[in-house]
Amino acid sequence: MERDHSAFSDSWLGGPLPLFGTLSDAEYADLGFRCGLEIHQQLLTRRKLFCRCPAGVYNQGEHQAEVLRHMRPTLSEMGEYDGTALMEFKTRKDIIYHLNKDTVCTYEMDDAPPFEMDDQALDISIAITMLLGCNVVSEVHITRKQYLDGSIPTGFQRTAIIGTDGDIPCGEKSIHIRQLSIEEDSCREVSDAGHVRTYRTDRLGMPLIESVTDPDMTTPREAMAVGQVLRHLVRATGLVRTGSGAARQDVNVSVTGGTRIEIKGVPCLRAIPRLTHNEALRQRTLVAIARELEHRGAKPGYLPQGGNDVTSAVRGTACRFIGKAVEKGATVMAVPLPGFQGLLQVQTQPRTGFLKEFSDRIRVIACLDTLPNLVMSTQDVPTLSSGEWERVAKTCRVGPEVPIILVWGSERDAATAVSEVLIRAREAFVGVPEETRQALDDGTNGFERVLPGADRMYPDTDLPPIGLSDERLEHIHDSLPLTPWKREDIARTAGVGPDLAARLGRHRAWDLFAALLPILQESDTPALTASQLASLLLDRSCPRPLQTAAAGPWWADTVRKLVSGDLIPEGVWSAESEPLEPWPREKARAAVEDLLQAIPAGELPESPLQRDLVLMGRVMPGVLGRVPGRTVRSWIKGRNRERTS
Amino acid sequence: MSQTAADFKGYRIPTLDLLQREEAPVWSQVTLHTNRGDFSGLILPRSETADALHIVLKLDTGYNIGVRCDTVESISVLGRKVANYQIPEKAFPVDPGKPRVKLLGTGGTIASRLDYRTGAVIPAFSPGELYGSVPELADICNMETEKLYGVFSENMGPEQWIGTARAIAREIAGGVTGIVVGHGTDTMHHTAAALSFMVQDPSVPIVMVGSQRSSDRPSSDAAINLINATRTAATSDIAEVMVCMFGPTSDEYGLLHRGTRVRKMHSSYRSTFRTLSDIPLGKIDGSGVTPFRTDYNRRRDDGQVTLIDVFDDRVSLVYYYPNMKPDIIDSLIDNGYKGIIIAGTGLGHVNKPLYPALQRARDAGVHVYMTVQTLWGYVQMYVYETGREIMELGVVPAANMLPEVAYVKLGWALGQSRDHDEVQRIMLSPVNGETTEREPHNGYLVFQGGIPEVDEFISSHWK
Repeated sequence: MERDHSAFSDSWLGGPLPLFGTLSDAEYADLGFRCGLEIHQQLLTRRKLFCRCPAGVYNQGEHQAEVLRHMRPTLSEMGEYDGTALMEFKTRKDIIYHLNKDTVCTYEMDDAPPFEMDDQALDISIAITMLLGCNVVSEVHITRKQYLDGSIPTGFQRTAIIGTDGDIPCGEKSIHIRQLSIEEDSCREVSDAGHVRTYRTDRLGMPLIESVTDPDMTTPREAMAVGQVLRHLVRATGLVRTGSGAARQDVNVSVTGGTRIEIKGVPCLRAIPRLTHNEALRQRTLVAIARELEHRGAKPGYLPQGGNDVTSAVRGTACRFIGKAVEKGATVMAVPLPGFQGLLQVQTQPRTGFLKEFSDRIRVIACLDTLPNLVMSTQDVPTLSSGEWERVAKTCRVGPEVPIILVWGSERDAATAVSEVLIRAREAFVGVPEETRQALDDGTNGFERVLPGADRMYPDTDLPPIGLSDERLEHIHDSLPLTPWKREDIARTAGVGPDLAARLGRHRAWDLFAALLPILQESDTPALTASQLASLLLDRSCPRPLQTAAAGPWWADTVRKLVSGDLIPEGVWSAESEPLEPWPREKARAAVEDLLQAIPAGELPESPLQRDLVLMGRVMPGVLGRVPGRTVRSWIKGRNRERTS
Repeated sequence: MSQTAADFKGYRIPTLDLLQREEAPVWSQVTLHTNRGDFSGLILPRSETADALHIVLKLDTGYNIGVRCDTVESISVLGRKVANYQIPEKAFPVDPGKPRVKLLGTGGTIASRLDYRTGAVIPAFSPGELYGSVPELADICNMETEKLYGVFSENMGPEQWIGTARAIAREIAGGVTGIVVGHGTDTMHHTAAALSFMVQDPSVPIVMVGSQRSSDRPSSDAAINLINATRTAATSDIAEVMVCMFGPTSDEYGLLHRGTRVRKMHSSYRSTFRTLSDIPLGKIDGSGVTPFRTDYNRRRDDGQVTLIDVFDDRVSLVYYYPNMKPDIIDSLIDNGYKGIIIAGTGLGHVNKPLYPALQRARDAGVHVYMTVQTLWGYVQMYVYETGREIMELGVVPAANMLPEVAYVKLGWALGQSRDHDEVQRIMLSPVNGETTEREPHNGYLVFQGGIPEVDEFISSHWK
């Protein structure tokens, strides 16, 4: 898509979108980039949050029964219908739940009231709340948060705030934690096509915590870094689930002139920088479009009130998808968008134009999900013939310069599509509409639903508030693990290098390290440094168990030998059961020499450096644990020197 | 600023003292400075059934939390924001071409809103409110509403039954096309029975409806039940007292149960109402009513109804259990009860130690009837000697009348007569199916999960 600087009032619309990785921190600051995170983390509990079904048991698609439901919007406590609620109602979806008798009871089916909240889950969430430095509430109020997409059969998620206003360090900066809540996990979507959406219910009801940061992050990379800090913190407790789907994150992004956009379904922390970058560009572009509309003197009031039925005007068209749809009885509606000349093609994200914002709304809200679900008169790709477009324009009573969007489907769906096109067009005058968007695999994002507000929250009348006694909080506080950053401090003070200390701080080997460190510190001249000990414990190939009951004594004994020099670090790796005794120097030298002799000279590369590496690779397996690697390397080097001289 | 108790809704000492001292009434936007940190939000009313120690705060994010008053060191009041809670009310559109349906409200949760003070769901009811939350009703009828009572189902009793029966008779005479009675579900079948006896041979449908999931939630069955009930009242040919509730737990169709044969069978399932020892009258969905049988009272346009609005509440229902002591029966006699329904074991049995008490009851002129706690099937007291002995003590078998229905009918019968034979004649002459001459084979179906063919069936139909 070519951009022409001269054609637009805002030069942003003329230039190409800056690629990910090309913007400096200062340029993000110029955009007014702000980002916040919501990290969802499943807790390691035996049961689900509000019933006695097992947590963490997934059925691979097996189910014995189905339930069909619909969702209707209701009133919130403050007396307003929520915007999302109304949007979902417009979609008129049949929602089907798959039920497996081993993982779901009548509670998840919304055919029974909740049982009391799982105590184990509550205690874990309180512990993490404390680790985040949040203020813990004195009474937990269970709240219903409406979700009309059907992902929870009740139509709401039971959720409760455990604490507010915490802080965590990220580099030099302090990131504010707005709140931590405990909530029940939602269903997993199986499919969503047309007016039918299907869900699997095994995950439904599992305890989750959601940590929400302020939008304190000012670059895409920083957003990822904060995500990692939060991830490591909750994992440090050992009380959360790990593995696929156990931790999920939403990010919210805004730029100057834009609005807070929540992107859901971010698959991993690594995806955050590119996604947030692309969202910033999208918002910046939408702001530029709004400015351009204003510059042109266009007004929402100039938009038509509805669409024009052009079914007969396009009957028999050579455009395959429209022709077929008309044959099957679809209604084709045309919506002219005066003032939008040249704007619908503008690129908002890589490989994505402004027109997709319209297409997404139609797909999600009018359930017209066979793509393409719209065409535009001024599109570059071939659609209707020029004669057909003229007839359409004539029906709409607009000139050929006015872009026209065509939508088609059943009469009802086409009408919904027309109204969504007009809603989205009106929102273009404001700039960035408030939406929840969905992360896509290529780093862009698409429309998911209208942004839900605080309006969708109301108290759960099925369960009384849960008081948190001082005793309970003190008990949890006394058994809190150290945060990763405190562990890192301790490791660095003990002499572990910065990178290693950071890794150790968030690793499950920490407890062992902390237990072994005093042995190291008993000796005035230890043959083992704290860094070496950390390396040993963090080495993935290290065969020794880290967390079994026998691990402690075995490691204590081994570390004593390492400290006194009776054992070399490599000996720990190669030991099948017990650490190997190092060989005396003569024996070692002879063994290395034998191994070197056995290597045919023809197999060795020309380059001395390459040659050394190959020789090390051949020799070390034979003497691992008996001779230190550095000794072998120095002998090989010496031998080469002898040869070349 | 002078403050009244209403400004501190639901708060009691010591929290009330704190809020008054800090001049922070309900709906204040505040920051609470506590020894567990600062919390900012809107002070909400406190539920009266909750303890007196916590302040309820609504955070900006919409969540509520509780803050214990003794952790609060001071309160900064930043402003005020009073909630204006209203269901969007729009005038219910009137279309002269559509039938007139009257909705009589007794309570329950047909349409509702939340009450801060109690944290409870309270009904919303005017036609405008209903139209605001269930606009589909306007496609079916012109709706008028009248709130007869605002009580929970468990508080319905003879006074409300009689009042509702009279209101129904009045509306029928006034020419409505059909009547919907909104009712809590717990005792809907008691009221359905009472109305069946009190409002006989009506010319229009009388449809009782409620919801198992309160209407404040998106997954509620309230709207669909109300739409189904209203469509039945407006269009059905079945002029009887019916209960209209979910057939399956899925949003598929409602079932129309005869008021004398229906019973709530699960504490929480949507599909809780079932017709026992018979089949339902029919089903109702978006396409209208599909009758399952032909032996129903048909709609007429004469506006006639027979109202028998009496009840003697000195009646009790005794659920027999092994080792029941005769003093249970004795105390009823001593307290002046005139009628006793026994829900006996099996075919209608109680233990021998009760015999003297039953004899005493007969001698005292107490009317005693036997029903079965198995719920399905008939009382048959000839099969075993026990049964014959019990009958000799004056206990009358009540065929396949459901225990709750028998309780209601005996109170209604005693309201008409104290004569033993006359009461027995009333009790054993069916008004509308409370006893039947035969039980069809498909009148008893409690599918047993785990059986391969049953599980096969369940897996191939929406539950």
